[in-house]
Amino acid sequence: MSSASGDTLSLRRQLILYAALSFLAFWFLVPFAWMLITSVKTPDEVFSRLLPSVLRLANFVEIFNQPTLPFGRYFLNSTIITVFGTGASLFTSAVVAYAFARLNFFGRDVLFVAVLSTMMLPAAVTMIPTFVLFQKLGWVDTFLPFLVPACTGNAFQIFFLRQFFKTLPVDLIDAARIDGCSNLRICLSIAMPLAKPTLATLAILSFLSLWNDFMGPLIYLHSNEKRTLALGLNAFAGMYGTQWHLLMAASVVATVPILVVFFMGQRYFERGLVMTGMKA
Amino acid sequence: MKLNLREHLEGYLFISPWILGMVLFALGPILASFGLAFTRWNLFTEPEYVGWANFQKLAHDPLFYTSVFNTIYYTVFAVPLGLVLALGLAMLVNHRLRGINFFRTAFFLPNVVAGIAMLLLWKWLFDPNFGLINLFLDWTGLMAAFEWIGIGRPQWISSRTGAMPGLVFMSIWGLGGSMMIFLAGLQNIPRELIEAAELDGAGPWKRFRYVTVPLLTPTIFFLTMVGVIASLQVFNQAYVMTQGGPAHATLFYVLYLFQTAFERFQMGYACAMALVLFIITLIVSLIQLAMGKKWVHYQ
Repeated sequence: MSSASGDTLSLRRQLILYAALSFLAFWFLVPFAWMLITSVKTPDEVFSRLLPSVLRLANFVEIFNQPTLPFGRYFLNSTIITVFGTGASLFTSAVVAYAFARLNFFGRDVLFVAVLSTMMLPAAVTMIPTFVLFQKLGWVDTFLPFLVPACTGNAFQIFFLRQFFKTLPVDLIDAARIDGCSNLRICLSIAMPLAKPTLATLAILSFLSLWNDFMGPLIYLHSNEKRTLALGLNAFAGMYGTQWHLLMAASVVATVPILVVFFMGQRYFERGLVMTGMKA
Repeated sequence: MKLNLREHLEGYLFISPWILGMVLFALGPILASFGLAFTRWNLFTEPEYVGWANFQKLAHDPLFYTSVFNTIYYTVFAVPLGLVLALGLAMLVNHRLRGINFFRTAFFLPNVVAGIAMLLLWKWLFDPNFGLINLFLDWTGLMAAFEWIGIGRPQWISSRTGAMPGLVFMSIWGLGGSMMIFLAGLQNIPRELIEAAELDGAGPWKRFRYVTVPLLTPTIFFLTMVGVIASLQVFNQAYVMTQGGPAHATLFYVLYLFQTAFERFQMGYACAMALVLFIITLIVSLIQLAMGKKWVHYQ
């Protein structure tokens, strides 16, 4: 049962393990397969055949061409929010984290506890007053409710970057200081480049959470051309609910960027997950 | 350590964006929630002070109790079930086998891709007539088993009784994240400890129960905390798949809060609900922390 990972297993045990793993993996992957297969079926074949007789790639053209729900636009909106949001929050978080890790100032440790406590805060608790604030500022139905808070950093990112910056050798930083580097310069041109793996990990986590964000866009984005892909997809389901081939094609389109980012950065992603678990 | 004013100022300059963000998007909104919770406000007129009226109304609101019950129901089943199965899977993929990474990725993938697309996909899978789950039960003849035990054809999220079990079932599909964290925990267990137990004559079950599990308690604790807090905030599934129905069977707390605020525009009442959630989350976390001290072993 708890055979540690280094053991050489008998052939019989290996076979049993492969059988169990394959059986389980099949069930985990079947929903994806069903989505993918349906996305290239003709409407008639959705239920009548398990596998399509012809690949109908026109489904993908059709969802981008139907006039009421501009999928290309949604895709662009999601990209803007995700890319800018990730970049801005990572940059700010790195600068803030550097100060918490490497600078001495009055009340630093107390303030860091405040960072930790905002990490625990349920989003639903601040949702309404924040909405009211943005409404008064006239930011509803713009991307500003996503972009401006991103510029103030993110507690989760600050926490992990601080952990990393704390591990940098003192000598390295002292040497740079003797060479006349300012703290900002050290942070930007020495500490941040060294933090690339941590930054990559956090960037992937941030990408996924922004790309999949639903409640935020639901609250703030109302007009059709401002919708993100998540919102657009939900609207699409409302309109074409039973045209499974089209709905699945749209779902594939929304999912592909996630898969691309995941497989490109899988190493960092898994590291990030473990990192999250380790903070306990 | 003596610091001059300039150094203090520089530190504050560095963290100023975060301070601004915390005041505007965390501290300010919390304080505002406390204020607004005591008003009646539909967003279009001026807020009107009503004292404790919102909280009194909450105490007599049947939907409030329904949403609390549903949220607890989901948490009580989804969190422990997810943990046990994630640990099982983690132990299964903690073998040095050729191609094991393929299986790890396969189990992990649903957790990564979790988005609206997946919820829509599952909504279809659950469809009583056109969904893959019931089609599968029909094709394999397993449907007869459901008829035989008296459930009849499962209606999943389209029925009051099937909706919550359906959502719990779906949550199992996303346990890959917990699995990976367990896997890291398992790989941190020193092999000597397992081997020592083996030499002492402990069988697989005893090694698992008295070596593996105690050493994993920090991981179990962390995942329980995070899992409970996340399930207190379930929203997307309910909004996208069931709209809280049928007959409020999946009216989760945050969905009810959202509907109160952004569909009925009862902002004061919704703020009172948000405060209650804040306090519940705080109490649950504190209880878990206190209990955790009793059973979590740190190496």
